[in-house]
Amino acid sequence: MNDMRIMERDVDVNEIKIAARGCQVYYADTHAIKDVDVDIEDKTVTAFIGPSGCGKSTFLRCLNRMNDTIDICRVEGEIRLDGEDIYDPKVDPVQLRAKVGMVFQKPNPFPKSIYDNIAYGPRIHGMAKTKADLDIIVEKSLRRGAIWDEVKDRLDAPGTGLSGGQQQRLCIARAVATEPEVLLMDEPCSALDPIATAQVEELIDELRSQYSVVIVTHSMQQAARVSQKTAFFHLGNLVEFGETGQIFTNPVDPRTESYITGRIG
Amino acid sequence: MTDANMSKSGAVPVPRKSLLQPDARTKRRNSAEARFRAYGLAAVGIGVLALVMLLVSIVGTGSGAFKQTYLTIPVHLNEAKLDKKGDRELANLKKVTTIGYAGVLKTSLNDFLAQEGIEIDGLSDKDAGKIISKEAAATVRNAVLADPDLIGTTQDFTLLANGRIDGYYKGRVTMDSAELDGNVTPEQLMLADALKERGLLKTKFNWAFLIAPDASDQRPEAAGLGVAILGSIYMMLTVLILAPVIGVAASIYLEEFAPKNRWTDIIEVNISNLAAVPSIVFGILGLAIFINFAGMRASAPIVGGLVLTLMTLPTIIIATRAALKAVPPSIRDAGLGLGASKMQSVMHHVLPLAAPGILTGTIIGLAQALGETAPLLLIGMVAFVREYPAAWSPESGLFGEPSTALPVQVFNWTQRADPAFVERASGAIIVLLIFLVAMNAVAVMLRRRFERRW
Repeated sequence: MNDMRIMERDVDVNEIKIAARGCQVYYADTHAIKDVDVDIEDKTVTAFIGPSGCGKSTFLRCLNRMNDTIDICRVEGEIRLDGEDIYDPKVDPVQLRAKVGMVFQKPNPFPKSIYDNIAYGPRIHGMAKTKADLDIIVEKSLRRGAIWDEVKDRLDAPGTGLSGGQQQRLCIARAVATEPEVLLMDEPCSALDPIATAQVEELIDELRSQYSVVIVTHSMQQAARVSQKTAFFHLGNLVEFGETGQIFTNPVDPRTESYITGRIG
Repeated sequence: MTDANMSKSGAVPVPRKSLLQPDARTKRRNSAEARFRAYGLAAVGIGVLALVMLLVSIVGTGSGAFKQTYLTIPVHLNEAKLDKKGDRELANLKKVTTIGYAGVLKTSLNDFLAQEGIEIDGLSDKDAGKIISKEAAATVRNAVLADPDLIGTTQDFTLLANGRIDGYYKGRVTMDSAELDGNVTPEQLMLADALKERGLLKTKFNWAFLIAPDASDQRPEAAGLGVAILGSIYMMLTVLILAPVIGVAASIYLEEFAPKNRWTDIIEVNISNLAAVPSIVFGILGLAIFINFAGMRASAPIVGGLVLTLMTLPTIIIATRAALKAVPPSIRDAGLGLGASKMQSVMHHVLPLAAPGILTGTIIGLAQALGETAPLLLIGMVAFVREYPAAWSPESGLFGEPSTALPVQVFNWTQRADPAFVERASGAIIVLLIFLVAMNAVAVMLRRRFERRW
C-alpha cells in the first residue's frame, strides 16, 4: 500500500453525515457497545476494524436500525443522520433504511431474476412511473455495481445463479438502486476470492464520489486500501478513530498498535 | 524411525499395520454397519409388504364394486295395474307404489321367459321375479312418472339384477352356497345363466356406484357413493377455503411478527398439543359449538367442513411455521435493508420461498381431513341420505343440506349384514385412496412448479 496515497486523501474535508454520541447497545444483559462517539463524513469511506465480537457489525446495524429486528437488542444514546435523531419515536425505520442502504456479509440476492432483484427497491419506493423508467434505473444501478457488462444479456436469469463475486456486486447494485445517501457494508468481501474482492473494492472507491460508505472488515489491508477514515473497535469500545493513514502508520492507542501489528485479535 | 529405536526410548513397540489387512476394530465397525443396513432394509421391506398386502386385499375385495350385473328385458307397462282410471293424472299415478311396479316386472319377466322358451325345473314364477333387484321397481316407476305416456306400451328396460345374482358372477355366491342361502336358490342361478347365454344379462362398468346415492340393507346392488362423494367434496371445499387462510395467517403472525414472550410460548405449546388431540374430541367440540350453540344443521357438510378445519389447523400451522423458519434470515435482511416494510419483506420474499412447504403441509392436512371419520359421526353425518345435497339452498344456506362423507360411508357399509356390502365398502376405500393419491399428485405438481422457478 502506498502511504503517500493515503496521505493525499486527507485533503478534502467533508460535512458530517452521521453523528453518534454516547451510543450504547445491549443484548439482553450484555453490554455490546459502550459509549461510542463517531462522526461519519459524507463522500468518504469509513472502515470499522477490530477483532471478532468487538461490536463493529452491531454498531453498523445501529446506523440503519436493522437491530430493531432483534427482540432483545436495545439501543441508547443518540445517532443523528443529517442532524435528525434516527431513534426518535417519530422515525419510521422503513424510511430510514431507504436512505441508509445495506450490503451484507453473505451475498443474499432474492431468488428472483437479476432484473427483479434490482427493480425491487425502486418498485416498493415508487421511484419509477413506467417500465422504461425502471429499465433505466436497472441499467444505471447495474453499471454502478460494475456488473452490467456481465449480466446485460441475461437479466431474466435468476440472481442466485451468479458466482459469489457477481452476486455481491448484484447486491451492491441493488442497494444503490434505491438511491441511498449512506451505504453500509458488513464485511462485503469475506465470502469472495481475491479477484472478486478487488472488483468490489474498486467499486467501493467509485461509490465514494456519491455516497458516504461505511464498511466493516476483518482485513486490515482492505481497510487501508479502501478507506479514508478508520475506526478501531475493541470489546465494545471505540478505541481509536481517525485518518486511515494515521491509524495504520502512527496509532495513538497501544491497543490499536497491538491489533494492527497482529498481537491481539 | 525403526522399531529398535522405539524400544530403546522406552515406548511400547507398535507392530506395523498393513492397509491390505483390515484390523479387528475395523472389521467390527464394518460388520456393525452391515448389520445396520440389513435392519434398515428389513424395516423398509416390512413397510412395503404391509402396503402391498393392504392394496392387494382392498383391490381384491373392492374391485368387484366397479362392475355390476344388469338385466335387459321388455317390460309391459300394464295400464290396468299402473293407471286404473286411465287419465294419466300424475297424482293418481303416484299412488301406485314400487310394490305395484314389482308385480308388473315379475309378470313381464315370466311372460318374457315363456316367450323365449326358457324353463327351469322347480323355479316358481315368484322366485324367477326375485332375480331382479328390488331397486328395479323404483327405476321403472321413475321412468313412468317422468313420462306417463309410456303406460300401456312395452319398453326395453336395463335393470339391476339382484345382489346375489351379481355375487354369483363375482364368485361370492356359488351353486353350493345357494343351496344353504335363504335369499337365493340354485334354480335362480340357472335362470341367470340361461339369460346370460342369450346376452340379456350383462356385467357392465358400474357408474351407479360412483353417482348413485346409498341404498337400504336389502339392496346392496343399488348402493352408490354419489351423496358421500358430494358431501366429501363440499367439506373439502370448506376446509380448503378456510384452513390454509387461517393457518397461514396465524403462522405468519406467530413466526414473523409476534413478540417472543410467555404468551406466545403458551400459544405455541397449545398448538403443538392440539395437533395430537384425538379427532373425536373435535367432533364433540363441533357438536357443542356449531350445532348446539350456533344452531347449525346436523349432518350438514358445512359443519363437517368447519370441524375438519379446526382439526386441520394445527397441522397446517406447524408445517407453515417450519417452512417459514427454513427461509434463510438473510432474505428477510435483504428486504428490510432495501427499505421494505416487515410485511413487504414477508409477502414478497419469505412467503414465496416457503410456499412449497406450506402447500405440502396444507395437502397433508386436507388428506387427513378427507379420511377422517370419528368427528363426522358425532355431528350426524353418519345418517342414511338418499337425496343429493344441493350446494346452496335458501332454507339451509351454503353446504347446509344433510349429506354423508366417504369415510363415513365405508364405516356404514362395513356394519351391514349382506356380504355384498363388504365389496362396496372396499370399493369405497379404493375411491377414497384415488382421491388421496390425486390430491398428493396435485401437491407434488404444485411443489415442482414453485420450486422449478429457481
